[in-house]
Amino acid sequence: MTVRTLAGHEVEVNDEGFLTDSSEWSPDVAEALAAEEGLAPLSERHWTVLSYCREDAAEKGEAPGLRRISKNSGVGMKELYKLFPDGPGKLAAKVAGLPKPKACI
Amino acid sequence: MTPVTAPAPATETQPTRDATTAPQPIQKVAIIVSKGTLDMAYPGLVLANAARMTGIEATLFFTFWGLDVVRKDRIDNLHVATVGNPSMHIPTMLGGLPGMEGLATKMMRKEMDRLDIPPVRELMEILDAAGAEIYGCQMAMDMNHLERDDLIDEVDDVISAMDFYDKAAGAQVIFI
Repeated sequence: MTVRTLAGHEVEVNDEGFLTDSSEWSPDVAEALAAEEGLAPLSERHWTVLSYCREDAAEKGEAPGLRRISKNSGVGMKELYKLFPDGPGKLAAKVAGLPKPKACI
Repeated sequence: MTPVTAPAPATETQPTRDATTAPQPIQKVAIIVSKGTLDMAYPGLVLANAARMTGIEATLFFTFWGLDVVRKDRIDNLHVATVGNPSMHIPTMLGGLPGMEGLATKMMRKEMDRLDIPPVRELMEILDAAGAEIYGCQMAMDMNHLERDDLIDEVDDVISAMDFYDKAAGAQVIFI
C-alpha cells in the first residue's frame, strides 16, 4: 500500500494503483486517475459508466464486471471499449476508485 | 568399470528481478480452440474475454472440433462430454448411458446461468464487440464440407494454420 496525492487529496492505493478505500474517491481524484491512464478529460459517457460502477459496487460490495456494466449502465459493450480502449474491465473500476473486478466477463 | 560421474550441478542462480529483468506484461494472446464440447469451449472464450477486458489483444482460432463453437447449427447445442472426462467423477461406463450427456449439459448450463455467465452465442457477440479477432480454420472447414455462411457472423475470416501464425505475431499462444 502506498499513500499518494491525487488532485490535492491523499489517497491510499495498492500496488496496481487501485484505491484501497473507495470512500477516499472524489470526481477530482477520478480526473487525476483518468489523466494517468490517458483518458482525460472524462466525457459525459465516461461519467455515466463511472456513476453506474460506484452505485452498483455500493449495493453489491464489489466492482461490476463488464457484461453487467454494458447491460445496466446504458453504455454498450462496443462503446465501453471506445471509452476505455486499454481495458474497460480494469480501467472503469480503477478510475471509479473501486477494487479490480473479480468477474471475467 | 568406469564410475559414472554425475554432471556438476548448475551454478547459475535464478536471476533477481529488477527493473531490467522484470517480466513484461502480456500484450497479446492467440487462443486455439480445438474442442467443441461446452466444457472446453468456455475456457478459451472466457480467457479471450478477460484479456480484452484488461487491454490485452486477443485472437481466437477455431479448429477441428472447436469449429462447432462457431457453427450456426451447433453453437446453441454444445454438450458436456461425459465419456473420457475424468473430471466428471462418474465411471466412464455410466457416462455413456443414454441421457447422461444431456443431464450433465443441463447442469452445467444451470450453473453458468447462476454465475451470470452468458451462453456461448452471447459470449461470441461480446468478444466481437470487444474487438477480439475471430477466425475459423480452413482445413477444418473443408473436412466438414462447410462454407463461410455456415459460421456465425462474428467470425472475421476463414484462414489456414500458416495464416494463423501470421495473425499471432507477438502473441502468447494458448492451445485448448
